[in-house]
Order: sequence, then structure tokens, then C-alpha cells
Amino acid sequence: MNIVVCVKQIPDPAAPQSFDASNNLNRSGKLILDEADTYGVEMALQLVDKAGGGEVTVVSMGSASDVAGLRNALAMGATKAVIVSDDSLRGSDALSTAKVLAKAISRDSFDLVLAATESSDGYTGTTPVQVAELLGLPSITFAKAVTIDGTTVKVSRQTEAGYDEVTAPLPALVTVTAGVVEPRYASFKGIMAAKSKPLETLSVSDLGLDGQVGADNARETITEVQAAESRQAGEKYVDEGDGAEKVVAFLESIKVL
Amino acid sequence: MTLSNLWILAEPSGDSFTTTSLELLSQARTLATNVAAITWGNGGSLAAQAGEYGATTLYDVGDLAGALPGVPVAAAIQALVESAGAPDAILIPASYDGRDIAGRLSARLDRPVLTNVTGLIEADGIVTEHPVFGGSLTVKAKFTSDGPGIIVVRAKSFAAEPSGGAAANVVAAAAGDAGTTGTAKIVESHVEERTGPKLEEAAVVVSGGRGLGDAGSYALIEELAKLLHGAAGASRAIVDAGWVPYSHQVGQTGKTVKPLVYVACGISGATQHMVGMKGSKNIVAINKDADAPIFQIADLGIVGDVHKVLPALIEALKARS
Repeated sequence: MNIVVCVKQIPDPAAPQSFDASNNLNRSGKLILDEADTYGVEMALQLVDKAGGGEVTVVSMGSASDVAGLRNALAMGATKAVIVSDDSLRGSDALSTAKVLAKAISRDSFDLVLAATESSDGYTGTTPVQVAELLGLPSITFAKAVTIDGTTVKVSRQTEAGYDEVTAPLPALVTVTAGVVEPRYASFKGIMAAKSKPLETLSVSDLGLDGQVGADNARETITEVQAAESRQAGEKYVDEGDGAEKVVAFLESIKVL
Repeated sequence: MTLSNLWILAEPSGDSFTTTSLELLSQARTLATNVAAITWGNGGSLAAQAGEYGATTLYDVGDLAGALPGVPVAAAIQALVESAGAPDAILIPASYDGRDIAGRLSARLDRPVLTNVTGLIEADGIVTEHPVFGGSLTVKAKFTSDGPGIIVVRAKSFAAEPSGGAAANVVAAAAGDAGTTGTAKIVESHVEERTGPKLEEAAVVVSGGRGLGDAGSYALIEELAKLLHGAAGASRAIVDAGWVPYSHQVGQTGKTVKPLVYVACGISGATQHMVGMKGSKNIVAINKDADAPIFQIADLGIVGDVHKVLPALIEALKARS
């Protein structure tokens, strides 16, 4: 069982975000593995384990100047990492990103591709399904449980009303929601081992995608960035045993009570 | 109006289209001369509602035989673009299936997709508005290539208003052969018991965050929500922690709510959460940390321990009923 996990290194979500001069998200600071991706990595490790062996490959696109996030995935137990890093990719749209990831994934054989439902910085949420289409795979999104039964993947998929049991033949792509599994912390041994695991950096040329992807091929543009209408803070009280009373009075004033 | 054709993905849900679908139809008819809806499943029988909200044509992909909608509906739209010509844009609700369809369609047509849209402006084509950084900034964007651009719109971005139009003309749209991509099948559907209103439609939403301390304390949120005839929501932090299912999540990566009052309990107010609830009419925040960002947008802020304030509030409400 070989599983590919799409991951993204993002700026620390707790730090203030900003745009650079080209209206791209400022990623000049430290990059970390998107927490949303740790669920996919953990799920992949567990599925490979249950299948009795195989490789977990993490595939990413973005700046390779800081690969601590990928090393983190390797320290959790992934076999190897691939990152496509190229100045020409800055400002790529979701479809360009998908073309790059699909090409990088297709270099090796695999049974399953996992991804988060969306990244925590761009949150476009369409890239995994675009990857599936480009690779000719069935996809099941919003998985809250994933099992493999022979050559079939079985997924409990979140719906508005509850969940659906959905199946697809392998190879397939599945996106997992947070909380699908409990991601492990990298052990000291894992962290040491990660230092010598393969981490390959590829360019757009290496993938044969020259002139097909990147900002020059993004077909949408930001025309304006403006401050949004802001809300004013109202009254603030320190609870001295009367907090609940104040809430009740407020709810009465707006006729909820 | 400079736009001549807009297509709207109209998602069926029981004997109606989803509210977001109706919101998009309502907005589309103010932007374009011709509005067509695309649906599947039971949606084909909803020509009257499609027309009432502004569609003149209802393309019906029909029964999907258990397939997840993403691939067959995208394939049908692709075939329509080839046969009927490309519209100016295709508007898609930001739902589980809507996002699947948008991604599939984008790759099939090799056309870009703009997501998390909360505003649409007609200005020499179509300009989209996107809230970023927790809603503190609004980004405007537009497509720079030939249509159709694909636009995924968040719930509650527009009002759903019937126009009183005549029933839409139903046209069959074949899904075609999706090959191996279309092999994901729904084998069983589970409806989770829900008491009270839906999160997105409730007049009162009570949400809990990390400040609750442990999963068991979420019962306080549920009880308060029930007493106020509202729905229980959650921050991403406690969904990620596995305390409550994803369907309760309010925020950028969850649901957008605009209730009459939103009660945030033990939620600090990460930007990712705020963008999903700052459109609420009134906001009440209860949090231990006096400097929590949530207080900057709260009409009433209580600096206190949720484990003291919530039980007292629950008692007070029970005493009234």
C-alpha cells in the first residue's frame, strides 16, 4: 500500500498575516506544516500499517527555503518527501497548483492520495479535487473515517444531514477533515531519523510543465484590497457573580427573551 | 446589465433547493439578462421554485444512480458549455457537493475558480469580493481569461428573494460517461438526529471554544442553545481536538452564521472564527481573557469563567420557563 499525502507549509496561523507588494500572502517568515495536513499524514501512516507495509510520500509545492514542515511529516513517520519549488510558481492559482501536484504525484505508482479538505492559509478547498480530475481518479471529500477493504476505499463522508458511507475503487483521492484521527507527535527517534530521509526538490522544468503553470498562467487577478467595515466593541463587564444577569438583560433588550 | 448569461448550480435538498442556491439565483437576476439553473436528483421537479427565484431555464442532470454529484454534474455542465455556449460565469454554492463540482469543472474546462466569495459586482464583467484575514480586509478579484469563470459563493452572502417569475423551462442535460473518475458511490446515508434549528438558520447560536477546557463541558453549550431555542456551534480549535463534529464548526473553514444573537463562550476570536460570525446582528462574548480579540466585536462582553457564568445563565433561564 503506497500512499501520497499532499501537504502545505504555511506561515504560522497565530502570527499576523499580510500581503506583499504583489498581493500574494507574505510567506517570508518561518513556515510550518499546516496542522490540517497532520491528519492526512497520520491517516496514511495508520493505513499503511494496517495494510502490512508500504510507503508514505508527502508531496508539496512552495518555497523550499524552509523545509521544517516537511521534516516534521518525515519525523512523524513518512518515508520520503517531494517539494516542487520554483520562483515562477509564486502567485499560482489553485488549478496551477493542482497541475504541479498531479504531475509530481504521477512520477511514482500509488494506491491512494490523501489531502486536507483545505489549507489553513489559502482555504480555496478545490485543489485536491482538481488533482483527482487531472490524475483521472475518483475522489471522496470530507472524510471523517477511512478504511481500506482490498482494492476499495470506504469513507464516512460528512454531509449537511449527517454522513454518507461512500466507496470508490483504488487508486482514489480522499480529503480528510480535522479530527479524523489523532495525529501523533514526532518522537525524538523520529526526528533524528527524519534528518536522513530523502527530501527531493523539483523545479517546474523537472516536471515538464514550463510555460503551463505559475503566476503568468493565473487567469484571475486582484483588482483591489480594502479595509472591511468594522464592528464597534460594545460594553464589557468583569463577572462578579452578575455576568449571567447581564446576559439575560441583554437578551431581553433584543427580545430574544 | 453587461452580463448576458449566468448559470447557477441549484442544489436539491428534499423538496426545495438549498437556501444558498436561492440566494445565488436572487443575486444573479440582478446581474444578468438570462439566468439558468443546473440541478440533479429531485431538483428537476422544482421548476416552479427555480422560476420564482429568477431562472428561465432549469437544466436537469437527472438521477445520479448513487454517484457522488461532483463528477457527473461537472461532466454535464462541461457538455452544456460545449453545446449551449459558455455563460459569463457559473455560480456555485460553497457546500460539500458544490465544492466538489467546482473543482472537477475547473479541471475539466481548464478554467480558473474563485472561492470564498461573499460579494458579486457587475463592472465590465464580474468582480468578486472575498473577505481575508478574518474579514478585516476585502479583496476584489476578476477573471482575466475567456469564460466561463467558476465562482464559489459562501452561504448568506445575499438575500433569497422570490421575483414571482414563471416556472423555468426544464431541459434535460446528460451526465455522459465519467469513466473511472465517476466511480465514487454512496452506499448508505445516515441522518443524524438533530433537535432544534439548523446552525445556519437559527436565530440564536451558542458556540463553544477551547476555553471550555474539556469535551464534556460542551454539554453546557448544548443546554444553553436548547434553552434559547437555538443551535450549538463550535470553534475550529475544539473541532480539531475532536470534541464535536465538523458540522458544528463556525468560521472560515466551517459555516457562516448571521443569527439575531451569537453567544461565544470560551472563544478567543481567531480570525478564522470571526469571519464566520461577525455578520451576526448581536454578539455576546464570555471569556476569561479580558484582551481576547472577540471582545473587540462583541456588543456585550463578560470577562469571566465560562464554568461559572454558563451554569448561572442556564439556571436563570430555567427559572424563567
